[in-house]
Amino acid sequence: MGIAGGIARQVALRLREKGHEVLGIDRRPWRDAPKGVQVFELDLRKRASEDVFRRHRPEAVVHMATVTSLVVPGEERYRINLGGTRAVFEHSQRYGVKHVVFVGRHTYYGAGPDSPMYHVEDEAPHALEHFPELSDLVAADLFASTALWRMPELTTTILRTCYTLGPSRQGTLASFLRGKRVPVVLGYDPLFQFLYEADFAEAVVTTVEKRPKGVFNVAGPPPLPLSFIVRETGRTPVPVPEPLLTRLLGRFGFPQLPRGALEHLKYPVVVDDRAFRKATGFNHEVDELETLRRYRALGA
Amino acid sequence: MSIFDEVGERVDRLELGFNALGVDKFGVSKRHLKIFLGALATLSRFYFRVQAHGIENVPKRGRAMLIGNHSGGVAFDGGMVLASMLLDMEPPRLAHAMVEKFLNATPIASQWTARTGQFVGLPEHAIQLLEDDRLLMVFPEGARGTAKLYKERFSLVDFGTGFMRLALQTKTPIVPFGFIGGGDALPTFHNSKALGKLVGAPYVPFTPWLLPVPIPAKLSVHYGEPLRFEGTGNEEDSVIIGHVEKVKEAVRALIEKGRGGA
Repeated sequence: MGIAGGIARQVALRLREKGHEVLGIDRRPWRDAPKGVQVFELDLRKRASEDVFRRHRPEAVVHMATVTSLVVPGEERYRINLGGTRAVFEHSQRYGVKHVVFVGRHTYYGAGPDSPMYHVEDEAPHALEHFPELSDLVAADLFASTALWRMPELTTTILRTCYTLGPSRQGTLASFLRGKRVPVVLGYDPLFQFLYEADFAEAVVTTVEKRPKGVFNVAGPPPLPLSFIVRETGRTPVPVPEPLLTRLLGRFGFPQLPRGALEHLKYPVVVDDRAFRKATGFNHEVDELETLRRYRALGA
Repeated sequence: MSIFDEVGERVDRLELGFNALGVDKFGVSKRHLKIFLGALATLSRFYFRVQAHGIENVPKRGRAMLIGNHSGGVAFDGGMVLASMLLDMEPPRLAHAMVEKFLNATPIASQWTARTGQFVGLPEHAIQLLEDDRLLMVFPEGARGTAKLYKERFSLVDFGTGFMRLALQTKTPIVPFGFIGGGDALPTFHNSKALGKLVGAPYVPFTPWLLPVPIPAKLSVHYGEPLRFEGTGNEEDSVIIGHVEKVKEAVRALIEKGRGGA
């Protein structure tokens, strides 16, 4: 689900490389999809999507069709993220899917001055305290988790993944690094955890193959301070006092972000991924410095 | 060799698993440590002329908790212990203090505490650091300890008990220490909570010269033999309080020893 996204395409290609037959649903097209990857240009919440499940009876479903962009209006995000997630689980249950992987975000844990580092999976979601705009993503994560007891015949895996960086240049961190100068909050320098896109794809593929049941944090190399990430990718950090940055958001070329998003530029969201590594044997291949070096080579 | 060169050389020898950019898994940065600890070492050696006694009691490697008294109206005692761990230990060690939340919420302070390993005092942080075999520094008197007035400078207020549960849970030895002289360097005759509220701190101390700036009084820190307690950390309060009292007694004895030697 959500196969046309830049990072999801890499997951699809890697699954195909490993000999899996891949079907994808997305409202967006993937015109040059390679042989072995069949794409249905459909809305996940519409009846035609259910037909794909009915006719093809997939064995495993990877749900990446969640919208994280805060530019999309809240109501629309709720419809896609919650309505879509519900449809994925209902169709999966009805048409004999064995394994559903919900790809969520580590921002579930929230960022704040008293937020600990290295969150573990059984912590409560604190994302909404300072950043209510994330409520649909948190709700989708929690709703997906209910499948663990509501649908015992299904193996459900919830992944809370850190940021990604790579050739697709998509994702929250990549959007933030767009441009040669990157605004940061003066006097704050949070740790950011990121995974090279190919490693992210491998983590999802490993999940499909190992079928671990439960909720898992997914991360790669150790985190780095934001200022180091900005510099090592060839950008220049521009520290702006918070009260000024709040007023500049959405103006003069500054990103259009809700105020709560600034908490993520002040405090870290870092997860402990040991449970995932233990359950799947996953190991990232590209370290933090190589990830940044490759991203720098792509240009600003 | 200047003090900053010496600190730089010692920071380079810290065994913290730094990556090629000089950053460890908790975000501690060599570059920031050299500046931060360089400033503290300068104060320690030339301004306060801090003397450390019993440094051999601090484990060279592996997890440990430094537990001591607050001495002085602001927590510069913690800074001097940090400098002592770097300058007096062989190999040098980085002590991680557990700091108040308001520091992490304050611009600049947030950045510097994060880059120098001085994290918000959360049980999660303490456990993560100890499980990574780090050296934790805790002042169980908390902000009530720095709020002691001049006449109370050698006394101890109630110790919190959280550190003991964490020590038991992570099987960490406790190294008690007594800090002497802070009350003379920064004698407090009044604490203004109202002013503290205005600046986002628990209180603002007033000295005879009004500003909370310490004078160059001679300071000393006395480390005691490690104390080890058996348990899981889930014991009843009465058991935990009994253990805490033993630590408090050890700290009190070290303060008395320090006063006698001063």
